Amino acid sequence: MELILAIGMGVLTGSGVWLLLRPRTFQVIIGLSLIGYGVNLFIFSMGRLRVNTPPVLQSGAVVNPADYADPIPQALVLTAIVIGFATTALFLVVLLVSRGLTGSDHVDGREPN
Amino acid sequence: METANHLMMMPIVLPLATGAVLLLLDERRHVVKAVISIVTALALMVIAIALLHSVDNATASSATTDVYLLGNWPAPFGIVLVLDRLSALMLVLTSVLALASLAFSLARWHKAGPHFHTLFQLLLMGLNGAFLTGDLFNLFVFFEVLLAASYGLALHGSGPLRIKAGLHYIAVNLAASSLFLIGVSLIYGVTGTLNMADLAQRIPAVPAQDRMLLEAGAAVLAIAFLVKAGMWPLSFWLPAAYSAAAAPVAAIFVIMTKVGIYILLRLSLLLFGVDAGATAGFGDSWLLFGGMATIAFGAIGVVASQAVGRLAGFSILVSSGTLLAAIGMADARVTAGALFYMVSSTLTIGAFFLLIELVERVQDPAAHVLSVTMEAYGDDMEEQVPEQEEVGVAIPGTLAVLGICFAACGLLLAGLPPLSGFVGKFALLTAMVRPDPVAGGGVIAGSTWILVALLILSGLCALIAMMRAGIQIFWAPIEGTVPRVLLLEIAPVAFLLTLCLLMTVQGGQVMRYMEATAQSLHSPADYLRDVLSTQPIPGPNAPRDK
Repeated sequence: MELILAIGMGVLTGSGVWLLLRPRTFQVIIGLSLIGYGVNLFIFSMGRLRVNTPPVLQSGAVVNPADYADPIPQALVLTAIVIGFATTALFLVVLLVSRGLTGSDHVDGREPN
Repeated sequence: METANHLMMMPIVLPLATGAVLLLLDERRHVVKAVISIVTALALMVIAIALLHSVDNATASSATTDVYLLGNWPAPFGIVLVLDRLSALMLVLTSVLALASLAFSLARWHKAGPHFHTLFQLLLMGLNGAFLTGDLFNLFVFFEVLLAASYGLALHGSGPLRIKAGLHYIAVNLAASSLFLIGVSLIYGVTGTLNMADLAQRIPAVPAQDRMLLEAGAAVLAIAFLVKAGMWPLSFWLPAAYSAAAAPVAAIFVIMTKVGIYILLRLSLLLFGVDAGATAGFGDSWLLFGGMATIAFGAIGVVASQAVGRLAGFSILVSSGTLLAAIGMADARVTAGALFYMVSSTLTIGAFFLLIELVERVQDPAAHVLSVTMEAYGDDMEEQVPEQEEVGVAIPGTLAVLGICFAACGLLLAGLPPLSGFVGKFALLTAMVRPDPVAGGGVIAGSTWILVALLILSGLCALIAMMRAGIQIFWAPIEGTVPRVLLLEIAPVAFLLTLCLLMTVQGGQVMRYMEATAQSLHSPADYLRDVLSTQPIPGPNAPRDK
């Protein structure tokens, strides 16, 4: 499981960084999204990978904390997803405006000669 | 203490509420919006000054650090707001700069696009929250709030030049936010906490095999802040984005580089200060040498820029580099000087950005085109500001007033007497070349001499660049194009420059505060005790026998 997750994060982040360095705005935004996914998985994995451990305690019963997953990274990742979504949407708007104003989808607003 | 404690939350809640209310008002009601916005900015300044007083006057008692438990959970479990001398100082600085930029924008800029006032208030909320929070992840949230608002503001006024600079600015900051998250989660994975005080307590006990991960996390986190602060080689986006932004926006953006500086100052001393065991002093030499590289890059940029806007952008880099290098020295007296320098340079560059807009009206169009082509950047997309009718009182003797303000900015940037730029630089240099006799110092490191030389040379570069710009603008022949400058536009500039003058006159007082701030930063034990020992307020039904 660790291996799959690690490879997944690596592939997502690696592709993201490559796309981020490309000259087209659409590639940049996809790159940023992919990096966002990689980072979100990374935050999640910082709570340690374990199966069959819910993050929420059951009320009433006496509980053994070792049977439960760390809820904090899961809460953090939710926040990060929401914020990442909002900023990506905002970036998309700027990208469209740039395309409309300059007539080019190059990140510098003009085609290289 | 009770009221002071609730007052502490106001710098976050007030702009949030104002921003929300302004969103509901129709765009056409400029006057109402402007009045609400400026009243809020005034109120924020009053609150910030009150908080500064309450922190400064709490002498012998335990409360040099005020702690506000959000959600009424004790410190490591709930999120806390922490107000100490440094946060209070930053709050005051933010509110002063905000008031000046907002007043300036009322002359014409606030009508140049939708939702200017809402975005501005949300930016203030993010800034104040970042200065007050005592929790790393909460810091991320406030960071995103201020960044999201700043994206909107950077594009305020539109135009191809702004869109292009804004696109780069957003992409860089989104990438930096990813690094921020990686750093925060690595630190959480190693230590199991996000509360800054709790982190400082746990870091000395981190086992040796995890230390590398912790340091990697801290380094990744620091890179996110260094992007904001503009350390070379992470700073190429900054001059373009700042010089393209509308004048009042650029002025408030000056404080945003200082957010990065503030966090680095706080975290490096809190987490990797004297008590941090094996990781003590982590990253200090990176900050020192990175800061020196930034000063050199900024100084060269200042001399090389033809457009005054870019000159101001590179001045920010010089200021950031100086502060980073000073943080890297990790010496309480250097920190005190650096704090003074930070306040002075922030006010100066803020005033300078506002002034540039006015000064550029003096240049006749031909000279302007010339300077743009000389600039080689964006020569084919010169910005076209639509001519707008301005209402208000124009000031007499425009050129004289603008010239005096410009000269004052030059003196402040170059660090020449008699203004506060000199006092700040002098305090920094004195602390550097006279090592602390108590600590048994006596030998000054070679790197310190290089830093001293760089500081003086950067002042010289600023002087040369400002003199050249001044001659081009004011002494070049102008044929009857004395611009109309409104009282409302020159007053904020004069206000900021007067504050710099006041800082010189009251230098002893201000320096005493800065020294107390630096002392408490360099001995974080009080901070830890105050944050971690604050008890929640018992509810009405809680048992009182504790």
